[in-house]
Amino acid sequence: MTSIARDTSWPEISFEERIGTAEFRIHERAHIVVDGDTCRGCSTRECVVACPANLFVPTSDGGILFNYENCFECGTCYMVCNKEGAISWSYPEGGFGIVFHRT
Amino acid sequence: MSDADVIVVGAGPAGSCAAIAAARAGRRVILIERGPFPGSKNMYGGVVYPRILDELVPRWWETAPIQRWVVRRSTMVLSETGALTVDYRSNAWGEPPYNGATAYRPDFDEWLSRQAVAAGAQLVTSTTVTGLLRDASGRINGVRTDRPDGDLSASVVIACDGVNSFLAKEAGLYTATDPANFTLGVKETLALPKHVIDERFGVRDDQGVDIEILGGTSGVNGGGFVYTNLDTIALGAVLKLPKLAAQKKRPEEIIATLKAHPAIAPLIEGAEVKEYSAHVIPEAGYSMMPTMVTDGMVVAGDAAALCLAAGIWLEGVNFAMASGMYAGEVAAAAVARNDVSAKSLTAYTDKLNATFVLRDHKKLRKVPGLVLSDRVQQKYPAFVTSVVERVFRVDNPQPKPGLRRIVREERKRAGIKLSQLIRDGWTGLRGFG
Repeated sequence: MTSIARDTSWPEISFEERIGTAEFRIHERAHIVVDGDTCRGCSTRECVVACPANLFVPTSDGGILFNYENCFECGTCYMVCNKEGAISWSYPEGGFGIVFHRT
Repeated sequence: MSDADVIVVGAGPAGSCAAIAAARAGRRVILIERGPFPGSKNMYGGVVYPRILDELVPRWWETAPIQRWVVRRSTMVLSETGALTVDYRSNAWGEPPYNGATAYRPDFDEWLSRQAVAAGAQLVTSTTVTGLLRDASGRINGVRTDRPDGDLSASVVIACDGVNSFLAKEAGLYTATDPANFTLGVKETLALPKHVIDERFGVRDDQGVDIEILGGTSGVNGGGFVYTNLDTIALGAVLKLPKLAAQKKRPEEIIATLKAHPAIAPLIEGAEVKEYSAHVIPEAGYSMMPTMVTDGMVVAGDAAALCLAAGIWLEGVNFAMASGMYAGEVAAAAVARNDVSAKSLTAYTDKLNATFVLRDHKKLRKVPGLVLSDRVQQKYPAFVTSVVERVFRVDNPQPKPGLRRIVREERKRAGIKLSQLIRDGWTGLRGFG
């Protein structure tokens, strides 16, 4: 079978631009809390790959840096997490968080 | 006296239909939504099949905020470079009483919630339910919210709080939740002028197209979709959670690869991302469903895993609307006869069992597993597309090879044993009933 060159004839965007297309009404209280100590013992790091908002960032000392602000509230992170109690997940305060418009 | 007869948590399609049904039956209904407006937390992959609304909102198509009526329904199988599409078109689907529509969920869900308000339900937005209230006997009799003095009491709670349903979990209705039962849906809403979409997809006016895709998800079990709104195209991927986590490939990279496929790229050329979104889907169907009722509470919609992901059929909003409607009817009747015990509310489960809601799910219960299996996902797309490629390739002066020979050779090339193919074929045939 002949190989056809991949077609990328649309404007490329950075991840920041991608997330910037969604509206987040940010509350000062974090609705997701990640226990960095538990994460230090995790070698698989499923959340880092799977979180669609890319909110889990590995640090050089083996921990996880987490940021709740641009969260889609999907639940992927706690579902794929193998470490009991590493991710405490709840919904943001009423009226806050992700606001979809054309989904 | 309690604050309401019925409290409905979540103003998505299940919740709003539950509120409409209970309010029409004369009950006092509070419909609670955590977003600033109904639909603001909701996303799907995207067709609404509103036939069930004929009962609840007669001539719904005259007021529902739809984008396009689906007149072309395609199922596409993608290999690395090839594509096989089965495409059905019926312009009759673009005329009343219609079949399926694309819609923005923030518009559609907000519209449906207004029908609930018109029926007499009280809609409370920007309010997150944080837990259940119980009486001394343990029966659920209300909810706790994040408002000051936010406890609300009711005779029945209808949990329509979506795929993560903390209420169904808190009530003990799910025994365990296995991540393998869930998929992550990620989607780009891509802007293009309407006439460009019309030309590329071969449609006019408010006619629309829905393409469901097997393969093309970078080796992560799942699927893809492309469908038309008026002046946007929605394109996304549905990805099995454990496989996604194991694959070390990020969701937006999988979307980028899908967009670059030679069969997809020309459809979306020049399109700009207007909105990126993500949502989890209860994918496994009947096998993952919770107990539907307990004392003082019933569960509907995604909260009850009532999403049908059965290969050629991908439906959810209709199951949510129907289950919500039945939940509202049963809750209202239970309040009227002053018995909201689990036994009394079992009429809801009976109703689901007697209608398409659970009949479709039971009939197709083996299909979601088959569709997401490694063979169907990793081997069959390449096998099927290469068979078709060889059937239509003209290799003159070589004579045409026999079809049986092509199938045998390509099956071996794809690493599929004949016994497996027969077994999967049989499971598929039986599964689709």
